Order: sequence, then C-alpha cells, then structure tokens
Amino acid sequence: MKVFWILSGLMAATMAFALTPEARRGLEIAREADTRDLGFGDFTADMEMILTNRQGKSSTRILRNRTLEQENDGDKLLVLFDNPRDVKGTAFLAFTHRQGPDDQWLYLPSLKRVKRISSGNKSGPFMGSEFAYEDLTSQEVDKYRYRFLGTENLNGIEAFKLERRPVDPKSGYTRQLVWYDQKEYRIYKIEFYDRKDALLKTLTYEGYQQYLGKYWRADRMFMQNHQTGKSTELRWKKYDFRTGLSDRNFDRNALKRAR
Amino acid sequence: MGALWFLLAAGGVARPGEWSGQATLENFGFAQNGQSERQESHVVSFTVQPEYYVEWDGGRQSFTFEPFWRYDHEDSERSHLDIRELTWLKAADRWELRLGVRKVFWGVAESVHLVDIINQTDLVENLDGEEKLGQPMINFAWIESWGTAEIFLLTGFRERSFPGHDGRLRTPIIVDDDLARYESGAEEERLDWALRYGHTVGAWDFGASYFSGTSREPLLQPDRNAAGETVLAPFYPVIDQLGLDVQGTFGSWLLKWESTYRRDFGDRDFLAAVGGFEYTFFDLRGTGIDIGLLGEYLYDERGEDATNPFDDDVFVGTRLALNDTWSTELLAGVVIDGSGGGNFVNVEGQRRITDHLTLSLEYRAFTGTEAEDPLHAFRDDDHFRLEAGWYW
Repeated sequence: MKVFWILSGLMAATMAFALTPEARRGLEIAREADTRDLGFGDFTADMEMILTNRQGKSSTRILRNRTLEQENDGDKLLVLFDNPRDVKGTAFLAFTHRQGPDDQWLYLPSLKRVKRISSGNKSGPFMGSEFAYEDLTSQEVDKYRYRFLGTENLNGIEAFKLERRPVDPKSGYTRQLVWYDQKEYRIYKIEFYDRKDALLKTLTYEGYQQYLGKYWRADRMFMQNHQTGKSTELRWKKYDFRTGLSDRNFDRNALKRAR
Repeated sequence: MGALWFLLAAGGVARPGEWSGQATLENFGFAQNGQSERQESHVVSFTVQPEYYVEWDGGRQSFTFEPFWRYDHEDSERSHLDIRELTWLKAADRWELRLGVRKVFWGVAESVHLVDIINQTDLVENLDGEEKLGQPMINFAWIESWGTAEIFLLTGFRERSFPGHDGRLRTPIIVDDDLARYESGAEEERLDWALRYGHTVGAWDFGASYFSGTSREPLLQPDRNAAGETVLAPFYPVIDQLGLDVQGTFGSWLLKWESTYRRDFGDRDFLAAVGGFEYTFFDLRGTGIDIGLLGEYLYDERGEDATNPFDDDVFVGTRLALNDTWSTELLAGVVIDGSGGGNFVNVEGQRRITDHLTLSLEYRAFTGTEAEDPLHAFRDDDHFRLEAGWYW
C-alpha cells in the first residue's frame, strides 16, 4: 500500500513537472475553484429555461434539479421536467464520473418505462436550448487541460483568465476561455470555440448568492449563440442546500416515482 | 403532543395535490375500404386522461389517480373507460410498497415487448401493444446494494380488449369477449403472481422475471355466439413464464436482449427471443440532429405456429431527433418476415406546436402478407393516424 502511495506521489510530481508554468497555474486555479465548492452535500433548485430565437420569439421550459455530492466521484443528478406539459413527468437520472462516460437513465411516464440511455451525446443541444449536454453536466477538473492566460478586469471585476481544452474527443469545442473572479473563484464568463475554433457562444453568470456561508450559485446564466443569433437564459430559484437527500433518492426506483 | 410534532416534522412541507392530464383528438384515414361493409375508412375519436397526484410524509407516501376514457364514433367496442392508475405508495429506505391499480413495464427491445407481462394489452388503443389496462396489485420491492427484488400479487384479471364489427385493424372474424373462457375455475378472480430481480452492474442493466398465472394473451378459438354468428372466443390458459432482459450501454451503442420461456400455453412450451442494437450518431456534423440506427432479430420457437407474426423476422429502423424547440422526432421501421410472409411498416412522427399542444402522425402498412401469416388480416388496413394532444 505504501509503495502505491509513493508511486502515485511520484507520478503526480512528474506530471506537474511536465506542465508548463501557465498550465500549472491554470490547473491550480481550476482546482481551487473546485475545492471551494466541496462539501455542499446536496442541493435542490428550480430552473426556468427561456429559449429565444433570432426573431425574439421565446418559449419556456421548467425543470427541477436535485444534486447529491459523492465522496470520490462525480455528482449524482436527478432532473424532473414540468414544462412543456407534454414532457411533464419525464425524469432524468445521471451518475457523473470524474473519468470515463457517465451513466444515464430516462423515465418515460406514458409507458412507465425506465430507459438506460447513451451518455455519448456531449455536444448536442439540451431540450432545444443553446446549452449543450456537456455545458450542463458536472464540471469535473479532469475533463479539461488548462492554461493560465493572465489577469484581466472584466466589467469591474478583477479576474483570472484561463483557457481550457476538453479531454473528450466528442466535445463540440476545441477550447473555452473562462474568467474567474480572483476573490471567490466564481466563474463570470465562458467563451466557447467550436471545432473550427470560431467563437460559437458566450455564457455569462449574474446574481451570485452565497449559501451556507460558503457555496456560491448564480441566479442567472445567459448563453448567447453568436453564429445563430439564438439565446437561452437560465433562471435559478429556490436553492436549498443539505435537504437530507441520500443515494436512495438517486436510484432507478426513485427515478420511477420522482415527482 | 410530542408525537404529533414529530409526525408533522416527518411530513416536512406538504405539497398540495395537483391535477394534470391530456386529451387527444384522433383521426384515422384508411387507404382502402375494409373487408366488411360496416367498416368506415375515416374514423374520428377522442380520449381524456386526467391525473391527480398528491404526496405527503416528505414525499415518502403518495396517491395517484388516473382514469382514462376513449370515445370512438364508429366502434362501440373501442369506446371504453378504464382506471389506468389508482395507487397508494409508501417508499422507505430499503423497500417500497404499492397497493392498487397500476401499470408496470419490463423490457428493453423496440420492435416487440416479450417480457412485459404484468398488464393486459389494451389492444383497441394501439396494435403495438404499448397501451395497457390498469392492473390491480400488491407490489413489494426490496431495495438492496445487490439489486431490487420485487413480488407482485395480481388481484384480479383483465380481459384483453378487441375491436368490434365496426372497428378496423381486426381479424376478419371478430373476437367476441362475451365468450371468454378460462382454464382456472376461479376465472378472473384467480390470484396471479410474479417475481422480478433487477440490477445495474457497470454498463449492464438486467432483469430476470417469473410469472405464474392466467395468460394475458388469449388463444383464439372459433365458436358461435348468442346471435348465431361465427366468432372467435378468447381462451385464457394458466401459464408459467420465465423472462430475461438485458441492455448493455457502450458509448453510442445500446445492445439489447429479451427472451421468454412460456409453459402450458397451447400445444407446446416455447422459447421466444429478440436481440439487437441501437447506434446513434449524435449532433451530426454540428447540426444538433441525432440519427439512430436500429436492428433487431425476432425469434419464436413455434415458427409458423406462433400466435404472433414475429417468429423469424428482422426489424430495421431509424430514429431521427432534430432536438429543436419543438422536439421534432421521427421513428421509421419495418419488420420483415424471414420466410416471406409479409412486412409491417411503421412510421411515427411527433412535433410540439405550443407548450400545451402536440401533433403526431403515424403511418402503418402491411405489405406482401401471405394467407397463413397473422398480419394478413390487416392487408386492407394501411392507414394514417393524425393525433392532436392537449396537455395541461
């Protein structure tokens, strides 16, 4: 066992050495942001998703989210759909993993059927919105390679500017530019570059609130697609932390009866 | 007083009960006249299906009520009222108990549903067997780290619904459910039971099930009814059925398997199986569109003597999802009989119009059927079905 720890320590050390100073600093910042959000336990929140097309016509989706933190793996996630009404009662369960593909199930209320679904869909749109699946699943540190690009003043906020490149070849992006505020390591802006490295979307975060005196969550997230002119706004409501959820609320049986 | 306070605390914030539901307007258009002059080529009907749901005890107990009503202008056998769900549920950390009328689905395949046996098929609703009548039951589930084990006590049998003289998509000689006969002396009151074990291990989801009771599928026997007509009388034997369903999920691949072994149904015990795959190209060339390819092989040991048309058949299909604001989807497939007995073509499309309204279109055709194939009965019943669904 001791040998294992020494070996893994050595490996980590060599890997850190292999990184350029910019990469090392980038990884440090990403890890710090991740560490600051550890230990929340679980939370529930309601989400309104407002889709607006190029002509300014909009439609709304309403979802409820339940998230459970895992000790040594990605979060477990249960999403309940309330609107549009034809998908009401549909429920989505995901076990996200730090490495390797996530496990995902979908409950279809009309057939009372639980379907294991492929998690191979990364870049496709979530419910017709400008958010891709990969933009919404848990953002594990290991899913990107980082590079620190410097500090910048973003609309009055002193920010770290990072570039991150997705490890997954199925990602729809070559890279993302991410701005974290230096004080609390909260993300304020992400620019997404498509497979041809052209600017595709910009995501901005607004109205950060602190919960349990520690965990920051934005009330509003706004995604603008520069190539299609469409946009999607997420409005988060009723954040509630440490509600007493357990693994039992995130299994296939719970998926069938979740409301 | 202390105990009362504790109960209230355990209840948490009680959510008020809520009504939701759907109503549909259905329009059938048949390409040809039916074999009987009583059958129309254009049929309009509608359904109403409200649902009431209330939970308490912090979501650990709930009550659901879901009646269903269809009115069909032509076929009085298709007009019917059913209770799809009337259930009380109690969920604890290690177990779940359900009492009442419910619908339970088992299985993974797309073209047929072999292992799915708890509920009776509401055949007048749809030929695909996915519409079910509510089944009264007591259902207990043990939930452990090694999987979920369930027992079902099925208290009361439901007869399969069949179209009447004026209905389309029926056998040339109608099935008269007034003549239903049972192997069991207790008839509809026999207590049937089933067991199921299901688990997920890595990429694999699987279930093994056992059913003992009155067959949901009847054997159809020629008979004469009170009016002196030649009809088919349903006979429901007592059977045992073992079922297995497995799905492996590897990246964009889904691998599927379902098989059953049924005893005491007809002249011989038999094995039936369906196996296949679904492969999806997600976000094709960055358009957001998904295209899936499906292939399944359907087998029934009884061969030509099978009571369904799928004894040695291949299903190929494609699923298209535009992933747009209107969730536009299309599923097209064909089941091809291995011995040239006929093909079944199925195309289903759906699109949302508003937050409360959807439109769906279905096309079904029965081509090249031979007289001995069960599909031959529908040879003049190629049709479009347009349905508007209102959800609240």
